[in-house]
Amino acid sequence: MAEQSTQARAAEDGAGYWKANLRLIIISLIIWALVSFGFGILLRPMLAGIAVGGTDLGFWFAQQGSILVFLALIFFYAWRMNKLDRQYGVEE
Amino acid sequence: MDQFTINLLFVGGSFALYIGIAIWARAGSTSEFYAAGRGVHPVTNGMATAADWMSAASFISMAGLIAFTGYDNSTFLMGWTGGYVLLALLLAPYLRKFGKFTVSEFIGDRFYSQTARLVAVICLIVASVTYVIGQMTGVGVAFGRFLEVSNTAGLLIGACVVFAYAVFGGMKGVTYTQVAQYVVLITAYTIPAVFISLQLTGTPIPALGLFGETAGTGGEGSIYLLTKLDQIVTDLGFASYTEAHKDNLNMVLFTLSLMIGTAGLPHVIMRFFTVPKVSDARWSAGWALVFIALLYLTAPAVGAMARLNITNLMWPNGTNGDAVAVQTIETAPEYDWMLTWQKTGLLDWEDKNGDGLIQYYNDKSDAMSERAAANGWEGNELTNFNRDILVLANPEIANLPGWVIGLVAAGGLAAALSTAAGLLLAISSAVSHDLIKGAINPGISEKGELLSARIAMAVAIAVATWLGLNPPGFAAQTVALAFGLAAASIFPALMMGIFSKRINNVGAVAGMLSGLVFTLVYIFLHKGWFFVAGTNSFPDTVDGSLFGIQSTAIGAVGAIINFGVAYGVSTITKDTPQEIKDLVESVRIPSGAGTAVDH
Repeated sequence: MAEQSTQARAAEDGAGYWKANLRLIIISLIIWALVSFGFGILLRPMLAGIAVGGTDLGFWFAQQGSILVFLALIFFYAWRMNKLDRQYGVEE
Repeated sequence: MDQFTINLLFVGGSFALYIGIAIWARAGSTSEFYAAGRGVHPVTNGMATAADWMSAASFISMAGLIAFTGYDNSTFLMGWTGGYVLLALLLAPYLRKFGKFTVSEFIGDRFYSQTARLVAVICLIVASVTYVIGQMTGVGVAFGRFLEVSNTAGLLIGACVVFAYAVFGGMKGVTYTQVAQYVVLITAYTIPAVFISLQLTGTPIPALGLFGETAGTGGEGSIYLLTKLDQIVTDLGFASYTEAHKDNLNMVLFTLSLMIGTAGLPHVIMRFFTVPKVSDARWSAGWALVFIALLYLTAPAVGAMARLNITNLMWPNGTNGDAVAVQTIETAPEYDWMLTWQKTGLLDWEDKNGDGLIQYYNDKSDAMSERAAANGWEGNELTNFNRDILVLANPEIANLPGWVIGLVAAGGLAAALSTAAGLLLAISSAVSHDLIKGAINPGISEKGELLSARIAMAVAIAVATWLGLNPPGFAAQTVALAFGLAAASIFPALMMGIFSKRINNVGAVAGMLSGLVFTLVYIFLHKGWFFVAGTNSFPDTVDGSLFGIQSTAIGAVGAIINFGVAYGVSTITKDTPQEIKDLVESVRIPSGAGTAVDH
């Protein structure tokens, strides 16, 4: 009986953990797409008014900004996930 | 000491270092040969991944492609870094948790099908061999220059060196060797960039110099580097550097192809099997990108500054003055690089109108035809400037000291060599471990497996060298095709295997095959069948292409087809068995990973 409820709780926790993970992934990927495909390419004309060192913000995002955001995203995700692992007790 | 001797010293010295490390950490057992005993720290692993990842395409080729195109080729920068986000979020931790040695093992187990495993192996081999062709192009350029022989001779010598090197050790030797190679290649890439950035903008950090002001010369006052570059290239009838000239569709698809291809390449994914824990796999991807970003943030500066330097050298009196004289090129020391590169057949000029000057301009531009007619120009006289030589020639163009030139030669070779070795390892493990041991002859001895691994390497490099003699594009473009193939075949299968419990064996096989075949056929229709020149049915341009999509960008479409077909077929066929659903559940949760098991 006791064992069953532990198992059921573990499954529930597993589902919650996975849901939290998916939410984090989706948010991160929206930012990922926004800085590269968005600011770097498709939305560049909208950012044309913002001058950066002899060109515009879109050019900066395409050649530097997106890379810096990618870096921040990966470390943010690793940090959040390792925290989630502990929170849900699924760490190694 | 002449330049040739300096180059030889740097290249020879760095090779001795790598081989020394390889011998010191020689692989003993098969598990060490493939996955380095899983004792690698995330930072070390990140550095080795970076070396593995940054190939001739990143080091030798990419800045040259950016230099001559400008903004449009930002796709390479975003594509080849953005893929790490996908890798870190969607694949690496789960594949590490799964705990097997190769990508195709995961696909075979998750889709409970020997056929799926074999299809994955075929996809990996096709993508990896294409990738090696691109590497061999770069190896040919680098060896051709530093041995001062023709490009073809350089390629053949390079092939022998790469083979000897890759056969030497497995992953363990390669991991530590690649840390050394990373150090060599990043130093070699950054030092000349810092010098040039100081010369042109007074800033020691090239990434800042790119958006900085040029150091004021004379009464000119200071002006942004990019503004100046735009000015002089448009003066000569070329497309402006910072504006977009390519359609959004192709830019987006190309970037996406490179991104998902990054996350589908076996030799990169394999790296994440070698960290001790799932959380380490997450950090590892981040560290890899840190080390990659050091080069990728520098590359656009290298491109822009080199373009400026080259244009200034060709027009020493300004773009409205007289062009450089043939005699100056042949005698002045700052033009020596042109003479040495001419020997490789990758750079050439011709005084078409016999005025003793070499006019470098865009002879296809209407605006220039008037000026050309008025001055009696008969076309662009810098007749050949191979994009792949730009980075290697860069320190010479900027007139930097001889040791910097030697260092860059060593760095370029380190980049090409480390990736070629990693890829050959992935190919050989796919053939010996997955194809022979997994399917054809399960009872093969450990010795027989190692032998077949080495034979597979030899065959792969022979094919790549043969095709590398007539490459389908510049190094980075050929490599981009390999990414398209990986994007269309491997990545969707891996991602669906983790994020969906519904995708079954039939769906995965149908998805991978349709993605791979569609992409491969589309590439062959534009690049020639099996990359043999002249056998293509459509011209390899945006306008001439079948769907208005370049062959280098088609991988993203192939991936979408793969996802769609796999999903569609899975919904109309039998649901996945319960044990597979349990497997997917367990892959999603880090606890209980332990060390990986071989079977």
